[in-house]
Amino acid sequence: MAHTEQAVTPLVIAGRAYASRLLVGTGKYRDLEETRQAVAASGAEIVTVAVRRTNLGQDPAAPSLLDVLPPERYTYLPNSAGCYTAEDAVRTLRLARELLDGHALVKLEVLGDERTLYPNMPETLRAAEVLVRDGFQVMVYCADDPIQARRLQDIGCVAVMPLASLIGSGMGILNPWNVRLVIDAVSIPVLVDAGVGTASDAAIAMELGCDGVLMNTAIAQARDPVAMARAMRLAVASGRLAHEAGRMPMKHYAASPSSPGDGLIAVGRSR
Amino acid sequence: MLEISMNGRTVRCPAHRSLQDLLASQGLAGKRVAVECNGAIVPRSAYAETAIASGDRLEIVIAVGGG
Repeated sequence: MAHTEQAVTPLVIAGRAYASRLLVGTGKYRDLEETRQAVAASGAEIVTVAVRRTNLGQDPAAPSLLDVLPPERYTYLPNSAGCYTAEDAVRTLRLARELLDGHALVKLEVLGDERTLYPNMPETLRAAEVLVRDGFQVMVYCADDPIQARRLQDIGCVAVMPLASLIGSGMGILNPWNVRLVIDAVSIPVLVDAGVGTASDAAIAMELGCDGVLMNTAIAQARDPVAMARAMRLAVASGRLAHEAGRMPMKHYAASPSSPGDGLIAVGRSR
Repeated sequence: MLEISMNGRTVRCPAHRSLQDLLASQGLAGKRVAVECNGAIVPRSAYAETAIASGDRLEIVIAVGGG
């Protein structure tokens, strides 16, 4: 299996190559041990984390996320999840950079409303401009809109991450045509962020030509998160391999059998 | 005593305290946190020499699970 996965080209983001094209979130797990096991089973090298106020007066011995996912082993992708304005997102990601010792790779996310968690694109573009000017490497959650994606690329973002369906919905790739349009519109990596529900969704995203998939809920809320993490690892690798292999063209008619037409024993049968 | 705001909560602490002492008193000594004081980020290297004044608004954040 290692051989097969090595045959797939690496994902390159901001000049750095990653063998895994699956990026995972770290929320909604039962506990830190389940988080650790699921992330390990996913094979992900990039993990996204949120930035939140610490509980004051906490037990100094209590383990933290950074203890179970050592930053030396994983590339952290701090996110601005939960932010509804460009200002809040920029402020959150600047704190994340300080928290992670100058780490520049971030996931920008500016939400539009609490019901849909749909991206607010005007605010997202504003925040992206500020962050890129400030030296951040910005991967950005965005609408599946090729024009917005191209604007984000022009601003200097290092990857665009359109939603395939609403965050946490598990509805799958609802508009594969738009995802394709985004892929065609930009030269930076395109990752589906949000909406994947099960392994086939991840494979479809990769077969469409996405460079990667980022997911959290599909793994964390599965009945067996560790098993689902493994399923997602295989699906993303399979989908990518199929994309690189190049699928056969679809033909509604003119079916051609896979076995030879010559040498049939019933040559005289009526057609 | 000083009265400061820490993560949106009003907290009283002894005067002449550095940010480093304040973090230690909250069980955060040596923990990976980031601190904003009155809207400006305080670099980790400056915790010991950052004095806390009455009315300061502190935000202390950590990395947590999220998607």
